[in-house]
Amino acid sequence: MRSALAAVLTSCALALVGCEKKTSAPPSSAPSGGTAAAPGGTPGVTGDTILIGEVGSLTGSEATFGISTRNAIDLAIREVNAAGGVKGKKIELRVYDNQSKPEEAANAANRLINQDNVLLILGEVASSNSIAMATKAQPAKVPMISNASTNPRVTEIGDYIFRVCFIDPFQGYVMAKFAHDNLKMNKVAVLRDLGSDYSQGLADVFERKFTEMGGKIVARETYTKGSTDFRSQLTAIKRSSPEAIYIPGYYNDIGLIARQARELGITATLMGGDGWDSEKLFELGGSAIDGSYFSNHYSPDDPNPRIQKFIAAYKAAYGSVPDALAALGYDAAMVAVDAIKRAPSFDRAAIRDAIAQTRNFHGVTGSITLDEKRNATKPAVVLEVTKGKTKYVDTIAP
Amino acid sequence: MPAWLRGIMPVVIAIAVLVVLQLLLGDLPFFVYLASIVGVNVILAVSLNIVNGMTGQFSIGHAGFMAVGAYTAGKLSLLIKDVAIAGLPGAVSDQVQFVGTLLAGGIAAAVCGFIVGLPSLRLRGDYLAIVTLGFGEIIRVVVQNLDTFGRALGLSGIPQTSSLFAVWFCVFLVVLVARRIVGSTHGRSLWAIREDEVAAEAMGVDTTSYKVRAFVISSFFAGVAGGLFAHFVPIINPGSFTFVKSIEVVVMVVLGGLGSTTGAIVAAIVLTLLPEALRSLFIQLGGLGAGASLAQKVDQIRMPIYGMLLVILMLVRPQGLFGTREIWDMMPRWIPRPRRVT
Amino acid sequence: MSDFAQHLINGVAAGTIYALVALGYTMVYGVLKLINFAHGDVMMVGTFLGYAVAQQLGYEHQSSLWGVLLIFLAAMAGCAVLGFVIERFAYRPLRDKPRLTALITAIGISFTLSYGFQLDFGPLPGAAPRAFPEVIAPREWLVVGDRAVVIWNWQVISLGIAIFLMVLLQGLVYRTRFGRAMRAVSFDHRTAALMGIPVDRIIALTFMLGSALAAGAGILYAIKDTAIQPLMGLYVGLKAFVAAVIGGIGNVPGAVVGGLLLGLVEEFVVGYSSSSWRDAVAFGFLIVVLLVRPGGLFGSVAAEKV
Repeated sequence: MRSALAAVLTSCALALVGCEKKTSAPPSSAPSGGTAAAPGGTPGVTGDTILIGEVGSLTGSEATFGISTRNAIDLAIREVNAAGGVKGKKIELRVYDNQSKPEEAANAANRLINQDNVLLILGEVASSNSIAMATKAQPAKVPMISNASTNPRVTEIGDYIFRVCFIDPFQGYVMAKFAHDNLKMNKVAVLRDLGSDYSQGLADVFERKFTEMGGKIVARETYTKGSTDFRSQLTAIKRSSPEAIYIPGYYNDIGLIARQARELGITATLMGGDGWDSEKLFELGGSAIDGSYFSNHYSPDDPNPRIQKFIAAYKAAYGSVPDALAALGYDAAMVAVDAIKRAPSFDRAAIRDAIAQTRNFHGVTGSITLDEKRNATKPAVVLEVTKGKTKYVDTIAP
Repeated sequence: MPAWLRGIMPVVIAIAVLVVLQLLLGDLPFFVYLASIVGVNVILAVSLNIVNGMTGQFSIGHAGFMAVGAYTAGKLSLLIKDVAIAGLPGAVSDQVQFVGTLLAGGIAAAVCGFIVGLPSLRLRGDYLAIVTLGFGEIIRVVVQNLDTFGRALGLSGIPQTSSLFAVWFCVFLVVLVARRIVGSTHGRSLWAIREDEVAAEAMGVDTTSYKVRAFVISSFFAGVAGGLFAHFVPIINPGSFTFVKSIEVVVMVVLGGLGSTTGAIVAAIVLTLLPEALRSLFIQLGGLGAGASLAQKVDQIRMPIYGMLLVILMLVRPQGLFGTREIWDMMPRWIPRPRRVT
Repeated sequence: MSDFAQHLINGVAAGTIYALVALGYTMVYGVLKLINFAHGDVMMVGTFLGYAVAQQLGYEHQSSLWGVLLIFLAAMAGCAVLGFVIERFAYRPLRDKPRLTALITAIGISFTLSYGFQLDFGPLPGAAPRAFPEVIAPREWLVVGDRAVVIWNWQVISLGIAIFLMVLLQGLVYRTRFGRAMRAVSFDHRTAALMGIPVDRIIALTFMLGSALAAGAGILYAIKDTAIQPLMGLYVGLKAFVAAVIGGIGNVPGAVVGGLLLGLVEEFVVGYSSSSWRDAVAFGFLIVVLLVRPGGLFGSVAAEKV
């Protein structure tokens, strides 16, 4: 009797709550109890400072990628401020760490939107974190630009979400085409990172496209990022004698995979994606990585002054050559700044429209045009690794 | 007042208070999200306290049960989200489905708790630690391999039907259960096992059966916490349920005092809110400029500081904040306190 | 057939490293009944110490015989000191407290070391992975058929060093007075104290020994797998702990067997069936062993007498 009464009371309360939730209006972009509320009502602009937010993985398993991104975005903002800012105002960057976890990414996004009242948000690298942030940014109508999330679902969340990198379906196709048409490969093995959605996405598309083109996938193995011993998977791959192995993972694992593959006597060509792009690849891979190919956004030996200037500035500020994530971070920040410049006002909706109208923006990672799905359409380059450097080989257009 | 009303009183008060809070604060997204995270952590800490505190066992895989609950509830929600229950208005139907998935998540986690607990609780205490750890890892590998759970990306699109009321009502429930256990003869058996397992066995307490029961109850609530989690976090993936998360919950229990429900609640609240408070503090201190980068540096040194704090805490006050006492043991005597069996 | 041989070599190589780290776990558990969660991170510190010394030696000297010796000795000595400090200040005060307390302390130290090394202020290395220098110039030692099976010189040298360390430990534990004292303390520390054994000192020395072994394992690990980063200790430590439990925790030969078995099982399961379940294999194997022999392979489930 007592528990039944309790159950009835609880369900009435739940029903009340349920109805109340549906009828309450979605949170508006106006500050609700925030600590940095802009006087005079424009979100993100206080006096002559524009506040933009970034969420990144500064600690935890994705720390190397998050730190790279943050460094580049910081560099971009400092350059913009040194050149006088935007419309006479300086830009202030507020960065929160998400510990490589999606619930923290959502929390950080919430904080940036509701407490700090930023104009727009930059980030993230991992698609799950970006999805978490986008789910908070879209209903609050805060523009968001991801620098390196490649899962198509990120921008499908809504029209306020953008990205400046390729999506998996394109990049997977690039290497499949290169392997089949340029390298004339027919038997390829695929070694994917089970712990990375990026790697899974690229591997899936590569397998599909390569088979459509007439090639054959002779072996499929997996590893988990962070492990250091890939010998058992490689020995299994060796059994199927592939001509090439497609390894769409990140540079820290690729270097070791290459070494161990050569150690085991595997002579197949190694191929990968933009996750390979880092000077750490050469440090960790040594001579084992020579003769490999990977798809990327730009070629570091491209004499284009904009690219060289960026590389030099990043190196001067942080002591190392930027990787693909840094280059994309820089471009994400610059696209944002460019949109703020072009927008007729500091209203978030106007900024969003300006971002959507980005056409042929000359970024470090190529000429960026945002299509109607808010993804960047730009051609990919294929680079060959030789003796500690990369060499441009080909360009593949979408 | 009549007996039946006195029994139901806590539930009535809880519902009333929570409904008021929901109506007042339900529109502040930052607050609601943070309060939900805190609530989930409280549920995890209080439920783990039943095993680690009251029964004195060594379970360090709580995040695994949370993961089972989260994925079960989340997947179910995704499957039934387009189906409404006939005869009920849309919003109420959603809430009913939500409760259903929570129960399913809790039961799935409880079943896992039984499967993991029964063999390992027969072994030495330290082995439970490693088996629970291993369980968490196995769950992670299983999820990463199955497309139906989203592999590495995770499950997104789960209807966000959780609310302040739902999370904190579950907190209320788990605290109620914990209190009722402690105040019962069942609880006394658990305490006996904690104090001296051999003596308890000699006094006729079927230690294995009581240990497994405590483990299953604790896993049930971890599953419920996971289910709630899945309904307010936009996307769940294995990265949220790692070994580090299990350790964080263990720390909350130990910091609060092994065996003290109040301690677990307080520690969970404090440890969850501390990083946020530090962020706010540094930003306020430094204004927009330097404070922000200092806040970010604080974010980076959070984990090593956390580690050092644990060491210092164990050296200075190993019994935790509350030891085995509860809140009313510390209040002045003239405040009437509930009759406690122990 | 050839890949069976290759898998065997890979498995033994991985297994010896697990064995060396598991030895440290098991020795400490034996004397202190403590699961030293920080053990894997002590290994990580040893690896970074070795890296620093190798960097100082420079390219020409680091692959010479005395250079390699110096790297090993520096890492092992450094970790012995670290082990002493940890035991003295973090574990000794908790000697009589419930074991969950000491476990929490161990976890605290583990977090401090691993996440602390991820910071990049001052001498701390930062989160990015680094390549351990090639201290043994690689040369193929044995090639079978058309590169069907390849064994490298450093694999043989590493195995040699690992066996040497294990034999040394075996000698220490079973043929010296110190070893006898250590075994006495792990059997019953109160009676050992009554017999005049300086229990505190023995425990400290055991800790230092275990940490030095971990450092040696760390250097071998870096030679084998090249990349080092601050979180490397967490997973190796966990696997080594599983290995120690499989062999029967507290049992010295058990740790070696457990480590080798774990390395081989992981290698063969991954090589011949799906590689995506690799991380679950170690724990699956553990559960199977514990179901069949609850005390581990060499351990015994002793009834507790009151």
